[in-house]
Amino acid sequence: MELQGGGGPELDLAEDLTLAADDRREHLVVVGNGMAGCRAVEELLARDGARYRVTIFGAEPHVNYNRIMLSPVLAGEKAFDDIIINDRAWYADNGIDLIVDDPVMAIDRAAKIVTSKAGRVVGYDRLLIATGSDPFIIPVPGKDLPGVISFRDMKDVDAMLAAAEAGKADGGGHAVVIGGGLLGLEAAHGLTLRGMKVTVIHLMPTLMERQLDEAAGWLLKTALEGRGQTILTGADTAEIYGEGKVEGVRLKDGRDIPASLVVMAVGIRPSVALAREAGLDVGRGIKVDDHMVTSDPHVLAVGECVEHDGNVYGLVAPLWDMCRSLADGLTDRHSGYRGSVTSTKLKVAGLDVFSAGDFSGGDGCEDIVLRDAARGVYKRVVVKEGRIIGAVLYGDTGDGGWYFDLLKREEDVSDIRDFLIFGQSYASGGGQADPKAAVAALSDDAEICGCNGVSKGQVVASIQGGACTLDALRAGCKASASCGSCTGLVETLLAITLGDEYSGERATRTMCKCTSFGHDDVRREIVAQGMKSIPEVMHRLHWSTPDGCASCRPALNYYLLCSWPGEYQDDQRSRFVNERLHANIQKDGTYSVVPRMWGGLTNPRELRAIADVVEKYDAPMVKVTGGQRLDIFGIKKEDLPAVWADLNAAGMVSGHAYGKSLRTVKTCVGSEWCRFGTQDSTGLGVKAERMSWGSWMPHKFKIAVSGCPRNCAEATIKDFGIVCVDSGYELHVGGNGGIHVRVTDLLCKVATEREALDYCGAFIQLYREEARYLERTAPWIDRVGVDYVKQRVVEDQVGREALLRRFLYSQSFSQDDPWAERVAGAHAELHQHIAEVRPMEIA
Amino acid sequence: MIGNWLDIGPVDQITPGNARTLPVMGGEEIAIFRTLGGEFHALVNKCPHKHGPLSQGIVHGGVVTCPLHNWNISLKTGEALGEDKGCVPVIPLKVDAGRIFLLRSAVMGQMAA
Ligand code: SRM
Ligand SMILES: Cc1cc2nc3c(=O)[nH]c(=O)nc-3n(C[C@H](O)[C@H](O)[C@H](O)COP(=O)(O)OP(=O)(O)OC[C@H]3O[C@@H](n4cnc5c(N)ncnc54)[C@H](O)[C@@H]3O)c2cc1C
Ligand code: SF4
Ligand code: FES
Repeated sequence: MELQGGGGPELDLAEDLTLAADDRREHLVVVGNGMAGCRAVEELLARDGARYRVTIFGAEPHVNYNRIMLSPVLAGEKAFDDIIINDRAWYADNGIDLIVDDPVMAIDRAAKIVTSKAGRVVGYDRLLIATGSDPFIIPVPGKDLPGVISFRDMKDVDAMLAAAEAGKADGGGHAVVIGGGLLGLEAAHGLTLRGMKVTVIHLMPTLMERQLDEAAGWLLKTALEGRGQTILTGADTAEIYGEGKVEGVRLKDGRDIPASLVVMAVGIRPSVALAREAGLDVGRGIKVDDHMVTSDPHVLAVGECVEHDGNVYGLVAPLWDMCRSLADGLTDRHSGYRGSVTSTKLKVAGLDVFSAGDFSGGDGCEDIVLRDAARGVYKRVVVKEGRIIGAVLYGDTGDGGWYFDLLKREEDVSDIRDFLIFGQSYASGGGQADPKAAVAALSDDAEICGCNGVSKGQVVASIQGGACTLDALRAGCKASASCGSCTGLVETLLAITLGDEYSGERATRTMCKCTSFGHDDVRREIVAQGMKSIPEVMHRLHWSTPDGCASCRPALNYYLLCSWPGEYQDDQRSRFVNERLHANIQKDGTYSVVPRMWGGLTNPRELRAIADVVEKYDAPMVKVTGGQRLDIFGIKKEDLPAVWADLNAAGMVSGHAYGKSLRTVKTCVGSEWCRFGTQDSTGLGVKAERMSWGSWMPHKFKIAVSGCPRNCAEATIKDFGIVCVDSGYELHVGGNGGIHVRVTDLLCKVATEREALDYCGAFIQLYREEARYLERTAPWIDRVGVDYVKQRVVEDQVGREALLRRFLYSQSFSQDDPWAERVAGAHAELHQHIAEVRPMEIA
Repeated sequence: MIGNWLDIGPVDQITPGNARTLPVMGGEEIAIFRTLGGEFHALVNKCPHKHGPLSQGIVHGGVVTCPLHNWNISLKTGEALGEDKGCVPVIPLKVDAGRIFLLRSAVMGQMAA
């Protein structure tokens, strides 16, 4: 046999092979001196230490160490010696032949021999493949530059430590970690502790999205940012650049991040090359049966490199189960592996994150959520048919093991359901108790509302003093008026104190079933607590569902947008389809397109462009709307950007006929042409529309300007109507021509166009800031009273001017034509199909 | 040999909380969803109520709210939730090595016989 390849030390091959001569036992050769390979041997030795002669090949130059502890080694919490599982003595004591730093290159199954890189040729009776995984390297330019590494073994840790050391010379050094999963975040944490300035680039909007839900991911991101890391979510790497070594990373959106070290931690792939070349059955991993036997009865496989029952694993717990079944099989006990449920913990000091099982929610699944904003705790347990099927814990992971155990044992938790979320000690103690009795038993000075420091005695006194509803209590003694987490307790106190008198009904309806807060409370808290994202609101205000519902998401998106103009980043996923696609969905799933015609005016160029679009896209209908413009029907979502491009080219922008926003400004001909006209109603309408188009509102908003009291523009059934008279302008508000017709209230009369426009802007802003989502001006004014509106907009001059300023400021961010943005390529994925299936391809 | 699974491209084509469509020539268009929790599901893109395009609805938890009349449809079973009754076919889907696969026979099953 000739020496193949090389790299290893000079060998005396003859000596290696003679060892076998007088040993008649079956020879087990293990490829991979990692966690699974060695564990399998340990399990085997524990069952029958003498049965097999064992040889282990390892590609790394080390004895077997605990790979998961590489993170603490990087972070400086452990040294390499601390993480060794089996030292040299263990191999020697058990008569195991260990060959390190010499990977196996080929398996000859017919001859039952393996050949190593250094040229060793070893025969086997049974072969165990435990080659683990290979880090996945994203195929971007520059991926092979020196300084670009992965995070898998000790050599990677050494490279990171060297980079951190080198960085110290020039004041820290920058590292980029690509991938915000478990591995990436542990690498980022370690590098930060080693003094590097770290940026994490994550493709998805949520960190660790495979293990965490949106809420927990947000908490984690906030905490990491607090520790000085820069976390870029939704960021896609375009290239890694540098002359001869890495100098930085460029993102697809053009951002540029300098770095002397790039760690790629985007995922792993089972290491199957060796098995595949040997002709074994390989899917995603090496296919094994319940006894870890591959398609060749003499070859076994275990660990991350295998695929069992369609699953591959990337955590250690399954390896332990696999190794047990494997050793049982090798010693004729045949227990059989049945797959594993896994749980995850992030090993970053001070950050407690745990997840297990399936927490995608859905049918028949019930989410039990506990949020304690003050302590930074988020817990979510998913229950289905009385059993726990998933759990996500952030901030307090003490009960993770308990939930995981209940999950694995598929225990029926119906009896303790109400107490489950409070954890093991609470649930087992109070499982049988009546919650009312528990509250009744509390002492008078027991604190009920932590935020406002209200005791039970104070709450009861308020109730006895006449505060008979939750809202009255919130207004009076302030119990449950802040974070809301004590709402249940306060309601129980109402029930106990009032007995049958307490109907349990709330004076204000909650926003939706996800929260115990009403719209006004949520809005107030968004501003008071400076909350700037949907997950943040859901967390701080104790949402009972992980990511809200179709009612609260759009409302929160609007409230945030309105509260933080220019700062809040609109969440497309929280918008109703019409606002997401900037067109009105029709019953057949096509869309209608309504370009803006300022004040109802148009010209030949616009009409020609519309006519061309109708012909070019074969639109089945074009119609004059009740809002004085043209509506093109039957456009497919894929064609929308092209249609808009054509309309943009003729100077037209979106008419927002689909939005909770300014719709139309209807006008009549006015003094320009009409023999009765008193003012230029058309011109004023155009100015009003130019001022207010593009603004997002609680509901749709319509304006009209009529040139005289004959009111041809129907201004007295509009949200804001202007009726011109000889001496000036009558301003009307709160009209509605819809389901319940409501005639406007007269707000006031002003003398000039300027004033008419200023009052209009101030009124819109008051409506934007104070009405509830999906409440039009008519029901809003019915609720708050027209006198209140008059006081704010007419009587309080300073207040009016401030409202107008806030309106114009927010408008400075919203008057970009959404159609033009889409034409330029924004959100193309919303319009394009993912792919297409044609009969030929599937035949 | 053609496998049982139809590769429709990398997972990052759908961001969490969104859906994309897959027209099937001579058959029913399919909607592929990615929940905020990162799960993938595929349904025929037709609400059991009046055939609203489910791909255009708001996704929350494992549910999509139909854009036409707000029925809530389970992404896992295709069934209407709550008071509403009806069911839309689910297309078996798997994610492998960062790519989305649909069960070929189920995709074909949506073609007019
Ligand atoms: C196109 C149009 C009818 C037409 O062909 O004329 C129309 C069409 C629709 N109206 Fe309207 N309304 C249209 C003028 C009106 C008017 C007349 C007006 O604006 O002067 C009214 C009464 C005035 C008012 O709003 O107070 C009107 C009161 C409604 C209502 C009842 C609102 C209410 O507060 O009660 C709804 C339902 C809703 O919004 O929830 C509605 C809802 C709708 C929707 C959006 C139904 C829907 O949710 O899909 C229709 C969309 C069709 C489409 O895809 O384009 N439409 N709708 C008009 C478009 C005006 C425009 O240029 O933007
Ligand atoms: C930094 C880090 C942190 C982690 N944290 C956790 C955690 O907190 N919890 C958790 O459950 N899991 C964690 N993991 C995952 C865990 O380490 C793996 O699941 C586990 O190590 C897999 O064991 P294995 O034996 O299959 O593979 P490995 O441990 O990788 O062993 C495979 C060995 O085979 C060698 N090899 C490959 N090919 C050949 C060949 N041809 N010839 C000879 N030898 C070869 C490799 O060099 C390697 O030494 C972490 C992983 C890393 C990298
Ligand atoms: S009146 Fe009714 S049917 Fe006509 S457009 Fe308005 S919502 Fe549709
Ligand atoms: S078509 Fe889906 S709810 Fe009516």
